[in-house]
Amino acid sequence: MKKLLSGNEAIARGAYEAGVTFASAYPGTPSTEILETVAKEYPEIYAEWSPNEKVALEVAMGAAFTGARAMVSMKHVGVNVAADPLMTLSYTGICGGLVLITADDPQLYSSQNEQDNRNYAKFAKIPMLEPSDSQEAKDFVIRAFDISEQFDTPVMVRSVTRVSHSRAPVELKERREGTQEIKVRKDPSKYVMLPVYGRKRHVVVEERFLKLKKYAESIDLNKIEMNDPETGIITSGISYQYAKEVFPEASYLKLGMVWPLPEKVIRDFRSKVKKLYVIEELDPFIEENLKIMGIQVDLGKDVLPICGELTPSIIKEKVTGIPMRPFLTNPENIPSRPPNMCPGCPHRGMFYTIKKLKLFAAGDIGCYTLGALPPLTSLDTCVCMGASIGHAMGMSKALGDKGRGKFVAVIGDSTFIHSGMTGLANVVYNKSYATVIIADNRITAMTGAQDHPASGYTVRGEETHAVDFAELGKALGFKNIVKANPYNLEEYERVLKEEVEKDEPSLIINQGPCALLKRAIPKAKKPYYVETDKCIGCKRCIGLGCPAITWNSEEGTNADGKKRKGYATIEATLCNGCGLCYQLCNVNAIKTEGKVFFGLVENL
Amino acid sequence: MEKTTSVLMAGVGGQGIILASDILSEVMLDAGFDVKKSEIHGMAQRGGSVSSHVRIGKKVFSPTIPKGSADYLICFEKLELLRWLDFCNEDTRVVVNDLEINPPSVNLGEAEYPRALFEETTKKFKNFTLVPASRTAMDLGNIRAANVVMIGIFSKFFDIDESLWVDKILGKLPEKLHDLNRKAFDSGRKLD
Repeated sequence: MKKLLSGNEAIARGAYEAGVTFASAYPGTPSTEILETVAKEYPEIYAEWSPNEKVALEVAMGAAFTGARAMVSMKHVGVNVAADPLMTLSYTGICGGLVLITADDPQLYSSQNEQDNRNYAKFAKIPMLEPSDSQEAKDFVIRAFDISEQFDTPVMVRSVTRVSHSRAPVELKERREGTQEIKVRKDPSKYVMLPVYGRKRHVVVEERFLKLKKYAESIDLNKIEMNDPETGIITSGISYQYAKEVFPEASYLKLGMVWPLPEKVIRDFRSKVKKLYVIEELDPFIEENLKIMGIQVDLGKDVLPICGELTPSIIKEKVTGIPMRPFLTNPENIPSRPPNMCPGCPHRGMFYTIKKLKLFAAGDIGCYTLGALPPLTSLDTCVCMGASIGHAMGMSKALGDKGRGKFVAVIGDSTFIHSGMTGLANVVYNKSYATVIIADNRITAMTGAQDHPASGYTVRGEETHAVDFAELGKALGFKNIVKANPYNLEEYERVLKEEVEKDEPSLIINQGPCALLKRAIPKAKKPYYVETDKCIGCKRCIGLGCPAITWNSEEGTNADGKKRKGYATIEATLCNGCGLCYQLCNVNAIKTEGKVFFGLVENL
Repeated sequence: MEKTTSVLMAGVGGQGIILASDILSEVMLDAGFDVKKSEIHGMAQRGGSVSSHVRIGKKVFSPTIPKGSADYLICFEKLELLRWLDFCNEDTRVVVNDLEINPPSVNLGEAEYPRALFEETTKKFKNFTLVPASRTAMDLGNIRAANVVMIGIFSKFFDIDESLWVDKILGKLPEKLHDLNRKAFDSGRKLD
């Protein structure tokens, strides 16, 4: 039976058919739907959201060491977090197959960089497969488990946004169970990487690599398609699909396994074609390795871009050197629709206050990173998960006394669980005065509502313990811990002002669930509306950047005869009734027929 | 369909574009074609620009449409047309829902909705239709059914049995919405 599956759904299906019994992940675009699909569709597989990618890989290792087949999935930058166990996992090897899915994000659709994770396979000396569509995504995952067990190595499978988030037909097959017995296996010289054992395992890694190189020469995932011998194209993954679109007549060497590379196959292909092109997205990974082999490349990154994703149009233009003359060009300056915090978002009141107090906000990764955009423009750094706390700590030491009252760290609940705790311990340990805000909305919101160890639910929706941030802060040594309601602008401003002035560290824990988290907001609030006659056009509410509030440019006077340049209106279907604008209106023009309280749920 | 047919859908997050393009893809797969579909998730949340590429043929390679080669451009919102002109050629059949949704900068009074530019652009196509999908859905009692009205409209571009479309649409919706969406699809078929 053929079914349309996204690349991510196909990867999950591959895990199912390969007899995987253990799957772990930390959510991150474009990888999130892999574990979501496992959790939703395949009850045969244990599934967990791990606190971060390092833990996700470590738990998968634990499972694989018993003989179970384990899959761990993450976005490209997640592999940086998991790199520590990964590099030594290459030494220990596995027992049951272990496959790490890296979902790269060329073009940074939802990421902080566009690193090319093919480099990790080379770095860790492990094989990497690269599917080019959903069918291959499923098939390659299954093959990856076989290779993993055959060579006692973790195997990486690399997807990109355009594979993960494209749908294509996939042939579904039955599940086959793993072959290994699952039991406790004591084998210290293999699994305990003391130097004395590690030295020996390094030799094993190098021997394994030679075997893998030999294997790469015969694996059917590397395919030659001989057509016109004038031009030969070496390519892999999604770039293959783009290249086929543009040059259907050319000959191809499509690499399904991008590391290690099949040198003999490549030389053989080179000898059969007149000109050799290497078409690959991001880094010149294949091209550089061909050059190391001394193979002449006639076209590669000398014309193709390293930055951004490839498209059929870019390939055509760059390779032929003929600029496209489109029928119509897109006009410039069409008003964009940038991502924005939702109406009723708990982060909005926090950023409004940070801006009002002119604080520098060391930021982190999540919906609240959008606080950097206008009109709130009140988030000042964003580098990697957990970095906000380190940034604020470092600033406090560099600035000394003159920094007091000038900055805060802002980190979300899921990001805090991911990488915030160690930084927070450091703030107290090394006697900083930094103030840290945990913008707790009780969910991993940016990636579409995934649970985590402080949300109270597992990936399959079972209730579980929720980390208590206040108790945790206390245990780490914080004396100033304040739970604050970011929807109550007066209270929030007072708390923030007080805490940043202290010469001891403070922890502020925002109360208020994500506006989209239905289970935490059982009853919808009535929307607010503007009595347009009363509005004086001061634009205070407009400064919140709420998608529900519209400015109507129309010079005139209000009902009291006050001159105005226009007036505000609230779109009732968008307003969630959070009441921030209501608090800002000096002329009581913003009204509601519902009950007035601070936030989307009462008594935060 | 020897040659690959490319359908580009564009609009604003929350308009049901992903569902509409899913239905097109699944109907064409059931009809025996190879299909690929690509869209961008992630930071394009509610209110962001959303686009979905659907490619249908005997054998489809790229999941994204090469510039200048969209056979159909289906816009669920007027301004969004202006972001995808470079995917069109003079034969592209363009259908635009007669609806304006203000981008944030227009809401904030910092930019103007490019009405004149839109009008001017529409004249450049041989095959351009402005359709009242949102108004039709509103008349049926729920503006959210506008995407199904749009499906009704573009379903006529493909020589596929009507019942296949209806089954696929209703199969994706809870029963209480069946009546509304059946009507929305039929209204779309009758428009134009």
